[in-house]
Amino acid sequence: MDVGRFVQYIASGTAYTVSVTLIALPLGLVLGLLFSLLYVYGGKVTARVMSVYSTVMRGIPPIVLLFILYFLVSGSINLSPLLAGSISLGIVSSAYQMEIIRGALLSVSGGQMMAARAIGMSKMSAIRYVIIPQAFRLAICPWSNEAAIVIKDSSLVYALGVPEILRRAQLISASTQQPFLAFITAGLIYFFLVFITNRLLDRLDKRLRIPSNP
Amino acid sequence: MSKPILVVKGLTKKYGANTIFHDIDMTVNEGDTDVIIGPSGTGKSTLLRCINLLTKADAGQIWLDGEEITAHDHDEDEVRAHIGMVFQNFLLFNHLTALGNVKIGLNKVKKLSDQAAEQKAIQELERVGLADRAHHYPGQLSGGQQQRVAIARALAMDPRIMLFDEPTSALDPELIGEVLEVMRQLAKDGMTMLVVTHEMGFAREVSDRIIFLENGSIVEEGPPDVLFYTPKFERTREFLWKITELYGKKESDA
Repeated sequence: MDVGRFVQYIASGTAYTVSVTLIALPLGLVLGLLFSLLYVYGGKVTARVMSVYSTVMRGIPPIVLLFILYFLVSGSINLSPLLAGSISLGIVSSAYQMEIIRGALLSVSGGQMMAARAIGMSKMSAIRYVIIPQAFRLAICPWSNEAAIVIKDSSLVYALGVPEILRRAQLISASTQQPFLAFITAGLIYFFLVFITNRLLDRLDKRLRIPSNP
Repeated sequence: MSKPILVVKGLTKKYGANTIFHDIDMTVNEGDTDVIIGPSGTGKSTLLRCINLLTKADAGQIWLDGEEITAHDHDEDEVRAHIGMVFQNFLLFNHLTALGNVKIGLNKVKKLSDQAAEQKAIQELERVGLADRAHHYPGQLSGGQQQRVAIARALAMDPRIMLFDEPTSALDPELIGEVLEVMRQLAKDGMTMLVVTHEMGFAREVSDRIIFLENGSIVEEGPPDVLFYTPKFERTREFLWKITELYGKKESDA
């Protein structure tokens, strides 16, 4: 058996893994930001709705939600498994990202809003120019966790037949009887992706940190 | 000659069954510095917040420059842009430099161009003596410097009146002087100010009128000399001298 070709076969799934992540993570961020703003500033009824959304989405295993959403999404519009799976994972992630951003929004002290209103800013501008820039910085570290989870959860789309890393590892392990080598390879690639992502976000966090005297 | 800038009539605020203040009437004339004093918990801060509509009063009316700002159809954001507010704990925007803090209202509320906003912001920082700290973040400034930036931020909006909510109460004693100095200069320049403070030295020297608030109503008001030496109520004298003893000394030394 040619180990080089063996590894290469699995590694060529990386493009799919990265694609799924690059769709799911930003989609989850946009939805999560929107939902968290509705949760925090949208009034009681909206907050209740968002709270139910969060509880339901976080209370069901991602793979189960993936199937449900996949059949919902692909039942209504004709999408490739890759796209439908990515969108589904993005929706799952939106609940977690909503909670991360909500926590960050609430961590910005209420005085900041008051001071912004006191110079005549509308609530909307205060949120946009004063609250979000501060919340964004607070959210980077916990968000880095969620990024790692989405990268790893992208492996779930293997269940929809997308030839990503895990799917390929499984196929080649069956055909070559080398499960150990196959899954070690897959594991290392995932680890590498997560590691790089976290390092980059760490760097972003340091760069954006607001200077202050000790 | 003296034109009223701020007129308050029958202002009342309750939280549930708890009345914070009741039926407050007051007038602040253009160019005057009026000081509100009173024991803690008598609603002085809430009164200021009601005046710039950050908190809704339960009853009463407020006029700014002859216009009723408590009228239903009034744009509250517009009103606040014309009333400067300085808070006890500064409340600078933590993610912005001193310059950014002063600029943001000019940019986003007054819609000045970036260049015009920057120019005006630097002027205001110069006015409080902090032009050399323009690029420092709040976390890199002392409390006194932060409060001066907060004053510059409020001044940048060219307010009709400045409200100060215990501006020196959160400061270390050695930093109080620089903030009071800025306020003294403002009073001299003819800014209309309504100041809640325990700094009796400032009140005696700078203010045109002292308003003594207790248990949610105005007990007595008048020129500082009258309130200190010939007040109508013994309670006024008692409170003024007690506070002077507690807070006033360092200021009269300065």
